[in-house]
Amino acid sequence: MVAAKHTAEEVLASVSAAAPPPAGGARSGDAAPVATTGETAIAVSELHKHYRVYKRPPGLYAAMRSLFHREYEDKQAVRGISFRIACGERVGFLGPNGAGKTTTLKMLAGLLHPTGGRLEVVGHTPQRREVAFLKQITLVMGQKQQLLWDLPPADTFELNRAVYDIPTAQYRQMLGELTEILDLAQIMKTPTRQLSLGERMKCELVAALLHRPRVLFLDEPTIGLDVSMQVVLRQFIRTYNERHAATVLLTSHYMEDVLALCPRVLVIDQGQLRYDGELKALVHLLRPEKRVTVRLSGPVPDVELARLGTVVSSGPNQVVLQIAHSDLRAAVAHLLERLPVTDLTVEDPPLQEVMRDLFARPAAPPAPAPEAP
Amino acid sequence: MSAPRPGAPRPLEKLALSLKAYPTLLRIGLAEAVAYRTEMLVWMLTLTMPLVSMVLWSSAAQGTRLGPERLGSAELTAYFLITLLLRLLTGSWVLWQVSEDIRSGTLGQRLLRPVSPLVVYTAEQLAPLPLRAALVLPLALGLLATQARSQLTSDPWLITAFVLALPGAWAINFLTMVLLGMMAFYIDSAAGLFYAWMGLYTLFSGYLMPLSLFPLWLQKVSDVLPFRYMLDSPVKMLLGWPIAGGARDTALGRGQALTSLGIEYAYVAVLALLVVLLWRRGLRRFAAFGA
Repeated sequence: MVAAKHTAEEVLASVSAAAPPPAGGARSGDAAPVATTGETAIAVSELHKHYRVYKRPPGLYAAMRSLFHREYEDKQAVRGISFRIACGERVGFLGPNGAGKTTTLKMLAGLLHPTGGRLEVVGHTPQRREVAFLKQITLVMGQKQQLLWDLPPADTFELNRAVYDIPTAQYRQMLGELTEILDLAQIMKTPTRQLSLGERMKCELVAALLHRPRVLFLDEPTIGLDVSMQVVLRQFIRTYNERHAATVLLTSHYMEDVLALCPRVLVIDQGQLRYDGELKALVHLLRPEKRVTVRLSGPVPDVELARLGTVVSSGPNQVVLQIAHSDLRAAVAHLLERLPVTDLTVEDPPLQEVMRDLFARPAAPPAPAPEAP
Repeated sequence: MSAPRPGAPRPLEKLALSLKAYPTLLRIGLAEAVAYRTEMLVWMLTLTMPLVSMVLWSSAAQGTRLGPERLGSAELTAYFLITLLLRLLTGSWVLWQVSEDIRSGTLGQRLLRPVSPLVVYTAEQLAPLPLRAALVLPLALGLLATQARSQLTSDPWLITAFVLALPGAWAINFLTMVLLGMMAFYIDSAAGLFYAWMGLYTLFSGYLMPLSLFPLWLQKVSDVLPFRYMLDSPVKMLLGWPIAGGARDTALGRGQALTSLGIEYAYVAVLALLVVLLWRRGLRRFAAFGA
């Protein structure tokens, strides 16, 4: 769920103290505001990326035909997106599979060349892949690894020390800091292949951060990890961001990652930017109602509850109501004063539902695109 | 937006960084080779074709002499022992790594580092050499000492030429393998090209038989191809060939060695240039069509 749960007293206090909607009585996620310097870390303007994809139907005939006549399709992975991210910001990059998130991250890291538009990362044009640029960024892909498979992680770290030309003192300090936060001391000398997925991911992060990058591109960093390991990694990313004022652009299908880390989100769908702003504002925009769960010490007629909002579910001791933001304060006061309430929580709708709502809406017509090379 | 920091021009900056990182790259590469020692040992056993050729050709030359140089059993035994040694020390199979990195997209991870993947590939290929040498040298040198010691030249000029030819032979092997691997930028699989290349290599490098046993016209063809400079030419240098009238013609051998070294390193230069140009072109394609 989007919001943390609150007691009845906290809810009343927060409803009273909160600004008018969208703040309501509950917080949209626990991603703390980030301290930024105001300097721009990432600037993207009218970015396009098109691929020419070879298409071939299945079967022997199609295989033989493709020897003489190949059919291609122009795939528009990114269609004119623009945004700016300040130094030190943590931004979530959301979208369904195939939306263009990873393609954009790869362009920002300099691995893919844009078909059109402009982009700058810490003052560099990524596709030039200058040494000074590469030393300031990192790209962690949850499904790809840089660790040397048959050697202990310590060897990969040493390799990165050499190729990034990290001064010995900085290397030792950084390695000590990262291994301490992630509790890696015990596995530093174990071959990577013998590590668990979570341990490997922690080591991937260490390898990616030893050179103290200013910009982190994280593509599904918690994929496949259990819940407790996800929490550890989220906390680690936040700590790194706060200690080093690093900029973080994160994609994840786990909404908990986004909620915990990213006050701001970019939502991309079919290569187009659908939303750029605060996560809680997005939630309020799409789902202006709050979900109120009430525990009762005695029976209350449904008719009386229905006057306060939509009854989502009703049981002998518990009822769930959906109440419009504008009515929330009055409804909560009524519940607490007039009904036998023993506990009450106010929550935003699940972020997954919010995203589903957003992607179900028709996208704007695509922007005119430059010719593919 | 912060401005890019001024600094050394990009190629020089990358070169300086690569040189500084190289000892560590070699050390890590050797550690990997040690981790894969069993695989390496098995792989080395697959390279024993020269030993098979040695047995076959030595038997064929039993009681007779072959070709215009009139090579006997002792000469052929020495030839194939040195061929085996060279193959193990100068062989490179980086094609599979390059090809796999491109196909799987792992190249992207390498490209994120400030040292060129090409530099890293050289280190990864050179690093196992001490281990390979430790495994093969005792056997090969023992066999050479007991079976063919008298066949080795004592001419210091030719021995020097042989030593100089070794890095060139390795470089031609490495660069051609990189070129073949880079075809994965354009085609689905480089395996077919590899087998075609291996066919030509086997024929024209002297891997199966000394090139001096070829008809003259075929020898002339092999002179202009790169293959002989990886194997046959350096082997001949160490053996002090050619043999004329039953004795080694050292003066002619020196002349041929000099020409051979010149052509060998010209090939290295041309191939290196080709690799750099095609690598840049390939990377543009990689960056355009999906890293």
